[in-house]
Amino acid sequence: MINIDSLEFSYGAGSFKLSVPKLTINKSEKLAIIGPSGSGKTSLLKLISGILLPQKGRISIEKVAVNQLSDPERRDFRITNIGFIFQDFELLEYLNTQDNILHPFRITRALKLDAEVRSRANNLAEELDIHDKMKRLSETLSQGEKQRTAICRALLPKPKLILADEATGNLDPDNKIRILDALFRTTDKYKATLIAVTHDHELLSHFDRVIDFKDYCLPNTT
Amino acid sequence: MTDSFYLAWRYIVFNRIKTITIITCISLITFLPFALKTLLNESEYQLMSRANTTPLLVGAKGNALNLVMNSLYFSKEKPDFINMKSAEKILDSNLALPIPLYIRFQSREYPIVGTALDYFEFRQHTIAIGRPFAMLGECLIGSDVSSRLNLAVGDSVLSSPENLFDLAGVYPLKMTVTGILAKTHSADDKAIFVDLKTAWVIQGLGHGHQDIKKIQDPDSVIKRSQNLVTTSTKIKQYTEISKDNLESFHFHGDPSIYPLTAIIAVPQDNKSATILRGRYLSQQENQQLVRPKQVIEDLLGNIFRIKDFIDAIVLIVAIAMILAIFLVFSLSFRLRQKEINTISHLGCSRTTVVQLIAAEILIIALFSGALCYLSLLILQNYQTEIVHKLFIS
Repeated sequence: MINIDSLEFSYGAGSFKLSVPKLTINKSEKLAIIGPSGSGKTSLLKLISGILLPQKGRISIEKVAVNQLSDPERRDFRITNIGFIFQDFELLEYLNTQDNILHPFRITRALKLDAEVRSRANNLAEELDIHDKMKRLSETLSQGEKQRTAICRALLPKPKLILADEATGNLDPDNKIRILDALFRTTDKYKATLIAVTHDHELLSHFDRVIDFKDYCLPNTT
Repeated sequence: MTDSFYLAWRYIVFNRIKTITIITCISLITFLPFALKTLLNESEYQLMSRANTTPLLVGAKGNALNLVMNSLYFSKEKPDFINMKSAEKILDSNLALPIPLYIRFQSREYPIVGTALDYFEFRQHTIAIGRPFAMLGECLIGSDVSSRLNLAVGDSVLSSPENLFDLAGVYPLKMTVTGILAKTHSADDKAIFVDLKTAWVIQGLGHGHQDIKKIQDPDSVIKRSQNLVTTSTKIKQYTEISKDNLESFHFHGDPSIYPLTAIIAVPQDNKSATILRGRYLSQQENQQLVRPKQVIEDLLGNIFRIKDFIDAIVLIVAIAMILAIFLVFSLSFRLRQKEINTISHLGCSRTTVVQLIAAEILIIALFSGALCYLSLLILQNYQTEIVHKLFIS
């Protein structure tokens, strides 16, 4: 379960201010966040994951107050518990698909790269239909293949929470449904919670709950 | 740490052109001062070891360095000639043993050194195969000449004409190899040694031809009297000295004025050396007596002064290069800020980011070091030839 209480965040001296009085997201829930550009959707995902820290309030994931952890603890917590699918995939161009998927295991001691993980990476790649692209550099992949690689990377550490920032934003309609299906399927398999930011209203029916993110402020949605 | 090296390696392989450029720059700037030091040390060794073992050198007045370089290292710059009288004068003085040298001709790029057998005893050379030259037209070759020209005892070498366009000049002389010197690691390895008289035959001061008393061809004889036969140019001149025609070889003129390029004077003792040096101090004397060690020390002094200057330039270039490389790295890391943010967003610690960058720098440094080391090994392999070409030839 994810609890957000009295959250307030702003970027320095700018006019932007995000305020979330109370938000609870249940375990294994699939939550969609919609709203106009600049309303703070991505900032909320970064706050939940501990990339950004709020000025006020509390964010807890499975009773762990993320914003109260030290920087190294927060990084370790993020890499082991949260899978982040970035808006523009953020794959490393000099790595091939396989290395991109295994990348989180190579940049922290909190995750151990062993034969079981490699085997799981292959299975995930097969599920997402990119197993034949494992040796290709990311720059040679199509948008859909890049997106599926990013999903594999996010899911491989078996995260409790998946944050997807416009994961289908750059895809054609057919690919959008395929990617979303794959994301939902694998999320269910790992019993993870999914919070997805999207602009695409056609996809909203697939989610358990939708929050309209307006005026930089969320209503009390317990 | 292994993973950091793996990721750094993938980055380097992906950006191979940029990496190769940086590695080449770092290797070059590291290689230059070491290469310079290696070459100067080798030149000092080559020049000084030979100069230290040559006590005194007599030659025509003029450029002492030319005289020493030609006599000790067989450089192509020839000093003015002296003659055999000078050697006899030293011998008559009983102060030193004169070893005459006539280093003027070549066979291909190898110098032909006209000298006496005393030379080999003085240099403490041993003959690896064969025997010393004993008669006119025979030669003893250095080990490098033997290996590079694939010459063995019994083979022949041909002297090269001094000037290709001198059609009226002397004919090349075919000489027989009688022996090969053991490796000396000196200029002698790349020389062909002949008796002084053979060198003078190459010059044309001595020659052999058909016995004119026996010539029957009327076109070859212009005039024949009781004691005198005048021949035309149709008479056959020998270009190879063999046992059959050896008797026909003869010299014209006074042998005491035959040319030499220098005389190595081996004094009996220090006192004899001092007396001998005193005899060549006169302003009227048209010859000079030099101490090769002194001349080479002066030369090295100049070279090392130039080295200091080059060192300063290399230092400035190195600082500029280090700044440029620093700039390349800092620009590269700025361009990679998005990538660093990504791995940071995934949960990578700052320490790991530093490790990744350090691994990349370390790999580049290792490759640069290896390339520099390899270049130095290659240089060391050819340093003798390079020094010979740069400082001696």
